[in-house]
Amino acid sequence: MQTMNELMDQLKRQIIERLNLKDHTPKDIGDDAPLFVEGLGLDSIDALELIVLLQQEYNIKLSRAEDGPKVFHSVRTMAEYITEHSPEKTTA
Amino acid sequence: MEFQQPGLNAAGFLDELYRHEGMAYPKFHKMDHLCKLGILATEILLKNSGHPQKYRDDETGVVLSNRHGSLDVDLKYAKTMKTGASPALFVYTLPNIVIGEIAIRHKFKGENAFFVFKSFNGNFIAGYVNGLFESRLIQCCICGWVDFLGEEYHAMLMLVETTHSGTDIPFTVANINQLNNANHE
Repeated sequence: MQTMNELMDQLKRQIIERLNLKDHTPKDIGDDAPLFVEGLGLDSIDALELIVLLQQEYNIKLSRAEDGPKVFHSVRTMAEYITEHSPEKTTA
Repeated sequence: MEFQQPGLNAAGFLDELYRHEGMAYPKFHKMDHLCKLGILATEILLKNSGHPQKYRDDETGVVLSNRHGSLDVDLKYAKTMKTGASPALFVYTLPNIVIGEIAIRHKFKGENAFFVFKSFNGNFIAGYVNGLFESRLIQCCICGWVDFLGEEYHAMLMLVETTHSGTDIPFTVANINQLNNANHE
């Protein structure tokens, strides 16, 4: 079973690959750093890509659009959402 | 100006040229190949041109053309539709997006248009751009050809101005066609 740290590392690699952040490595992305505007400076199209990432990689559909800013605030909040909603639970 | 890098595929060439030009523009990596080619060609065209100091944002237009539209990314997007359509690819499935990317990068707000032709049409480009000049809509125009499909690509851009010096090439159909032919052999 995957730990929270392993899940966050995996998410960082997936975000870099899917969003073509070629100038970044997983180490550049802080667990709690904001993904949008500051930090990685992602935009609205990136937000849609992250929603697709959740669906394809974790089989999780964001049920309420208004949850988006909270879920995608940082890698940690994404990991927590995945942990909470995935059939395959992670350990702390 | 002609660039060649043996051994690199088309995508690798664009990334290598980006590094060679020393651009620090992270958004470049998110673009489709057509936009990357247009952004790089514009970067090289404007380098040392003194353009940014000479014109207001709304005085520069962009008029581009090509043969394959956005087919390169259209095909990639179509493939993703089987497993989950990619929004990041979808936003590039129009050829005029390359103009948008150039305009964002250089803050151009002048007239712009994108045309798809079977082959380079110097007569049309000259007529259209001169029409914009005569209407006093712009003072300067980046125009030409930016095409990308698979491993085939070609860009030929011109910086055309209403004011000119003795060393400039006159903006005539013959000169435009000659420039394009010289760069496409």
